[in-house]
Amino acid sequence: MTDLSAERSQADVPVQKSESSNTAEATSTAAKKEATVGKPLIDDPKFTVRDVSVFYGEKQAVFDVDLDIGKNQVLAMIGPSGCGKSTFLRCLNRMNDTIDICRVTGSIELDGRNILDKKMDVVPLRARVGMVFQKPNPFPKSIYENVAYGPKIHGLAASRIDLDEIVETSLRRAGLWDEVKDRLDQPGTGLSGGQQQRLCIARTIAVSPEVILMDEPCSALDPIATAKIEELIAELSENFTIAIVTHSMQQAARVSSRTAYFHMGNLIEVNDTETVFTNPEHQLTEAYITGRFG
Amino acid sequence: MTNSTEKLSTNQLVEKGLKKRYRAEARFKAYGMISVSIGLIALLALFTEIISKGTPAFMQTYVQLEVNFDADLLEITDVTDDTQLRMANYSAIIRKALIERFPDVSGRREKRSLYSLVSVGGNYQLQDVLRADPKLLGETKSIWLLADDDVDSYYKSLGEEAYLGRLTENQVTWISSFVDDKHLKKRFNSGFFTSGDSAEPEQAGILGAFLGTLLTLVVTLAISFPIGVAAAIYLEEYAKQNRFTDFIEVNINNLAAVPSVIFGLLGLAIFLNLFGMPRSIPLVGGLVLSLMTLPTIIIASRAAIKSVPPSIRQASLGMGASKMQMILHHVLPLAMPGMLTGTIIGMAQALGETAPLLMIGMVAFIADIPSNVTDPATVLPVQIFLWADSPERAFTERTSAAIMVLLVFLISMNLAAVWLRKKLERRW
Repeated sequence: MTDLSAERSQADVPVQKSESSNTAEATSTAAKKEATVGKPLIDDPKFTVRDVSVFYGEKQAVFDVDLDIGKNQVLAMIGPSGCGKSTFLRCLNRMNDTIDICRVTGSIELDGRNILDKKMDVVPLRARVGMVFQKPNPFPKSIYENVAYGPKIHGLAASRIDLDEIVETSLRRAGLWDEVKDRLDQPGTGLSGGQQQRLCIARTIAVSPEVILMDEPCSALDPIATAKIEELIAELSENFTIAIVTHSMQQAARVSSRTAYFHMGNLIEVNDTETVFTNPEHQLTEAYITGRFG
Repeated sequence: MTNSTEKLSTNQLVEKGLKKRYRAEARFKAYGMISVSIGLIALLALFTEIISKGTPAFMQTYVQLEVNFDADLLEITDVTDDTQLRMANYSAIIRKALIERFPDVSGRREKRSLYSLVSVGGNYQLQDVLRADPKLLGETKSIWLLADDDVDSYYKSLGEEAYLGRLTENQVTWISSFVDDKHLKKRFNSGFFTSGDSAEPEQAGILGAFLGTLLTLVVTLAISFPIGVAAAIYLEEYAKQNRFTDFIEVNINNLAAVPSVIFGLLGLAIFLNLFGMPRSIPLVGGLVLSLMTLPTIIIASRAAIKSVPPSIRQASLGMGASKMQMILHHVLPLAMPGMLTGTIIGMAQALGETAPLLMIGMVAFIADIPSNVTDPATVLPVQIFLWADSPERAFTERTSAAIMVLLVFLISMNLAAVWLRKKLERRW
């Protein structure tokens, strides 16, 4: 791993620009691998992603991604629609298993253990790596039951009092406690969109995961709810590793410390957020950020 | 007429075609209303026919007699001994009461035709009266006794064209005498709901058939619901998409269309001949009917499971739930309304099935009331079928009354389905 990082950290010069400017060519079924620029690898990562490709049947959606995700940091993944960022995110907690035709190759190591191994049990994995989805999807149960579900099935609470405590802590951390503390037995689906998403976040953190994956969590919400959730992400990042896929570059700039730009299934550039937005290295990154497409 | 050479504007063209379009629309609406009306008229005709034929059955003719509980005639020495009470000769005191009423009747044939005015059921009535009040022994009391079905049919027809049936002239005279003295009365026929089948129409009731139907449906539900739901869950959640599962799916859909009598033959061949189970019991009837309703339940359950949104499944799996936990905690509760509705509809279909049950022997005349699933029993549709075959006029009205009971059962089940679905509907 060390010689790889030595190799890549010298890549200050963008490479292989030949196919990049012609998007028509790139949309053919034989889309090719582009090399990554910037600093995809870091010291002491939480996730070590090496050579990961994702196939939907015969079609390849993600090409040979090498990436490190840092501990207790927020990594934002940006890119145009259909560039494979959500697909890549779902690999990190093996949610792609639910899609029959999906096939993932390569290795993803979480604290040293390859999670793509067939022998890996996905149930505890998903307790360690939680996920918040694009459209808020609380269970059709009470608010209390929504948050308590995870701890219950994983046996994290010894008694009802412990469970109450976990529910309260999670709702407080999600910034929802004050709004719902008097109606914990009301259905979770009766809340507003922003509240529902915060409920989903509370539900996810109730099992004390190490990583939280967020797939465009604010795209279905209004600006005020979005602002609340972005505040939440900043607070949570002190204790959790967060990977967030977002369509909004402003959001990526606001909440993340590192940003990864995906294009047509390729990881084009990874760097500190400030660098990516003020001084991008790759031509494609610059085109996306300045709004020429996407 | 310069207009004919000018090109019409769009607006004018539209205006021209409007009348035709509105006429076509009105016609279309009319077709719909006519269709609905035809359906409603047919339904109305059916209900009117059944209800008008069946309501007379809910009233039964009784005749009032002065009965002397003569201990010698009854052959009772100890009125507290139940065996003696049961074996006592009540016919004797009934005959005595009748002769005292019409002392001029002589000759064996005449006397016999007089005695036949009162139903055999009168004996059991007197037994119950005496058992309830033993002090009546030796006393005389006015008692309303059940009249024979010939009397009943004649009395009920007195409003329109009098139906004589097998009644002789003398019998008609005696009946008229009772009517004049106001000793003939129609009362509510509670026996219809409390007694089992009988060869005598005035004593026949549907309790046996009703309980038989209930027990059979309980067995059907207990077998077909768990198996159907489990099969649907397996096919939807676990089975891989390949030729074998396609084959299974095609077969299940076809089974739903197989004529029910074939299931009866299957039951006959396997349950009765191969396994040697006794015929005509609700257990075997339930087994045959559950084979019939299984495809319906599987198809309805699969549709219900498919309708659970994937977002709930993803949320559940994302929390680290195992596949079984996801199904039990999230998919099943949301799919339950659809599953239950499908099940109740399947049950309502099974309720009206006659052909398969005839094949397994539920066509026998069974007078006893079944108490558990291994007692011989018959079911409501078969009872209707048997009564429809009988010649007595009293059975005609009872057939229609039994149909009314069956329809009420059916409508209640469908109402239960609607209520259940409303109650369990959850929003997500």
